[in-house]
Amino acid sequence: MLKKIGGSIKRFLNSLFKAKKHVKLGLYGPPNSGKTTLANRICKDWLGEEMGQASRIPHETREIQFKESVLIKSNGKELSFKLIDTPGIATKIDYEDFLKFNLSQKEAKERAKEATKGVIEAIKWLDNMDAVVVVLDSTKNPYSQVNITIIGNLAAREIPVLIAANKVDLRKANIKKIESAFPQYKVMGISAERGDNIEQFYKTLFKVVR
Amino acid sequence: MLTLQYIPLNEIENLDSQDKIKKLLSLVKEDKILLVEGRLTPAEEVKLIESTMEEISKSFKGIEICTVYPQKKREVQFFSRLRKEVLNILGYRQGITIIGPASIIKDIKRDPTKIELLTRNSKKFRRMQAKK
Repeated sequence: MLKKIGGSIKRFLNSLFKAKKHVKLGLYGPPNSGKTTLANRICKDWLGEEMGQASRIPHETREIQFKESVLIKSNGKELSFKLIDTPGIATKIDYEDFLKFNLSQKEAKERAKEATKGVIEAIKWLDNMDAVVVVLDSTKNPYSQVNITIIGNLAAREIPVLIAANKVDLRKANIKKIESAFPQYKVMGISAERGDNIEQFYKTLFKVVR
Repeated sequence: MLTLQYIPLNEIENLDSQDKIKKLLSLVKEDKILLVEGRLTPAEEVKLIESTMEEISKSFKGIEICTVYPQKKREVQFFSRLRKEVLNILGYRQGITIIGPASIIKDIKRDPTKIELLTRNSKKFRRMQAKK
């Protein structure tokens, strides 16, 4: 409760004095939704370099990664971000799942151990965010408890949220299902890998953060 | 054989968040699928995920969780806010939460109108039980 009041006061003062010049922007979501691919897209567009390594193997990002300063321009306006890419949040981690991707037993166990720490770290960082892009795989069912828990916690902290419905270039993509699952949030269909709709994504990000 | 255990609200509503999560997690670790009356707060849900991650081991792979609760489609903002506050006061008493071990439940698919609980094949489960 005190945390919530504190957050509201901070946000009120920020808006009052227009102090929100350097925004801590987090990328959250379940594993393999494309958070790092989106982080790489943003960094390539505005810094000319990638942030981290994306992979088809779940839990590739197992530690918080960030770029201290990313300046985004849209419609003559500028916004400075600290961009934070977080490990995917999951309720289960089974090292045997990694064996399917030709990892050795030792590598799979190590990856699982690091992944559990990554989830805990991602959760702890929730309190540090000024705004969050929740990255969801638009080919998957959005009604998962992980998605609901992430968005529920951001709502409880009154943190502005933009939902990026990623992988819209795939045939099974269903943005409408994500929109109906989270009707109170702006949902942007994008392909972080191909850059589809990314300009619109930046424009919407400005609206959500300001 | 699957064990379903019903946890009525009065069994957990007086526990603090830490004890509530501890109790639920210890029952799940006994390979029980829990049908919990009411739902956890968002803060309790992330705490449950954190605690689950801390407990992951060779024999415990994590949990599957799903909450269903009645939602009104359109509300005037004031009433929506008021309802939220009332829900907070009532401690999220409405709805039902299903929590089970990931070693038994492969996936919980929820559509707004239905829940599908997919269990793992029994051979694999028995093999995992033997490893314990």
